[in-house]
Amino acid sequence: MDLLIVFAKCLVALLIVLQVGVLLLWVERKGSALIQDRVGANRANLFGGILPFNLGIVNTLMADPLKLFTKEDIVPEGADRFLHWLAPFLALFPLFLTFAVIPFGDVLEIGGRTIDLQAVEAGPGILFVLALVSLGVYGVVLGGWASNSRYALLGGIRGSAQMISYEIAMGLALVAVVLTFGTLDLQQIVREQGKLMWGVVPAWGVFYQPLALLVFFIAGMAESKRAPFDLPEAESELIAGFFTEYSGSKQSVFMMADFVEVAIVAALVTTLFFGGWQVPWLYRDGFHLPGGLSIPLPSLLVTILGVLAFLVKLGIFCWLQILIRWTLPRLRYDQLMNLGWKRLLPIALVNVAVTAVLALLLQGWTVAS
Amino acid sequence: MTAFWILATLAVLSAIVTILHRSPVYGALALVQTLLLIAAMFALLDAHLVAFLQVIVYAGAIMVLFLFVIMLLGAEDEVRLEGRSALRLGALVSAVALAFELATVVVAKRVDGSALPASFGSTEALAERLFSRWALPFELTSLLLMVAVVGAVVLARRKA
Repeated sequence: MDLLIVFAKCLVALLIVLQVGVLLLWVERKGSALIQDRVGANRANLFGGILPFNLGIVNTLMADPLKLFTKEDIVPEGADRFLHWLAPFLALFPLFLTFAVIPFGDVLEIGGRTIDLQAVEAGPGILFVLALVSLGVYGVVLGGWASNSRYALLGGIRGSAQMISYEIAMGLALVAVVLTFGTLDLQQIVREQGKLMWGVVPAWGVFYQPLALLVFFIAGMAESKRAPFDLPEAESELIAGFFTEYSGSKQSVFMMADFVEVAIVAALVTTLFFGGWQVPWLYRDGFHLPGGLSIPLPSLLVTILGVLAFLVKLGIFCWLQILIRWTLPRLRYDQLMNLGWKRLLPIALVNVAVTAVLALLLQGWTVAS
Repeated sequence: MTAFWILATLAVLSAIVTILHRSPVYGALALVQTLLLIAAMFALLDAHLVAFLQVIVYAGAIMVLFLFVIMLLGAEDEVRLEGRSALRLGALVSAVALAFELATVVVAKRVDGSALPASFGSTEALAERLFSRWALPFELTSLLLMVAVVGAVVLARRKA
């Protein structure tokens, strides 16, 4: 029975990832159209036009993925066939696995059981996330090398160099967050953010670590190679960078990896800095507002509100990343590495040092104490 | 126990691929696989932090740099040594001697793992030891790493 529950939770997490990945394609297309003052893709029909009306958004949601899956799968001549086949898998697998430790709700009390809404209850969840981010580099570097193409190799090398550079800044931002909350467990960090500062404001990570939020968000966007950091897949320079020589399903896997990574960065930012599934002043038995007003709610409703809150926050940060992508121009490669090593890394280090000093001096400052 | 035997068999097979495959890229990737399996074995032994560090540091950073070098320097497939049988004999003898030593150590020592405290291998336990009893070796190791980094930068500059 326990195994079944774990299986169900993993299934839910997987479904969230898959749905968000597909929906983000649509949001990106329509959102970018909105930002660029045009309409975007809005025509779809079946079998060349048998329906008298336009199917509209079905274009992006169904027709686009279907088109990609039914295309011919080309492996370039002289390319390493096995690695060419393996690279998309290596790009996508760690990203899916990251969602296993993201808490998407508080406990679900069903039939006398209390089920913690986190797919895998890993103790050191943050270390797991860092490990998987490190493994994500392999898809890029192998995809670039196994294509036997100069542009792909360049894109692959650039991409992996960028990823390993920004991993460091990301890790250091996470160190500051861990210092603040005193635990490596993601569910525990979200629970700690339910406490109130001065009895009024919920202790969300953004109030304690604004600098870490900035560093983490920028580093996360650079990790997922999204604009303004998308030089490895610069569409106007390297065609498609490290996945130039991929067609059909493998290309769709790389593109999906892009969107899943957007979702992961958004999920991590929500979990660590914006309270995850926490609704302000909502506890397991209902609302306890700071004015003294208490609204009792059934526990199932509380859980559902928590999950909804998580999804709404996830959506907000996905939208923010899409907004940034279609607003800012691309960084040149040396500017990109400059930002990672000479700006973000020192800022993150100073943040860790200041946090450590503050945690020591003001014993009541960190959330955990 | 079965989990251990599966992981161990796969790890040994990956290690064999590492040394025997003719393409260096495949060898490096097989090494990554070996490291991931060893990390899984660490996790089986309740050494969670070491397992994660193995993935983050070794498989995730060091091996990526290995792959960089192999790919950028246009690695060619390995060429078999022609002749030089004395070298081959020496290699065989030292390999057999090493295997014999390792087997002796493994068979002789029996570690009783039943009396481990619950927090064995956790981050807190390791950090507590690392920063109190072993703080000086820790600081010296980080100093050594910094010396290596500075040395690498100096050498790279001189060549350019």
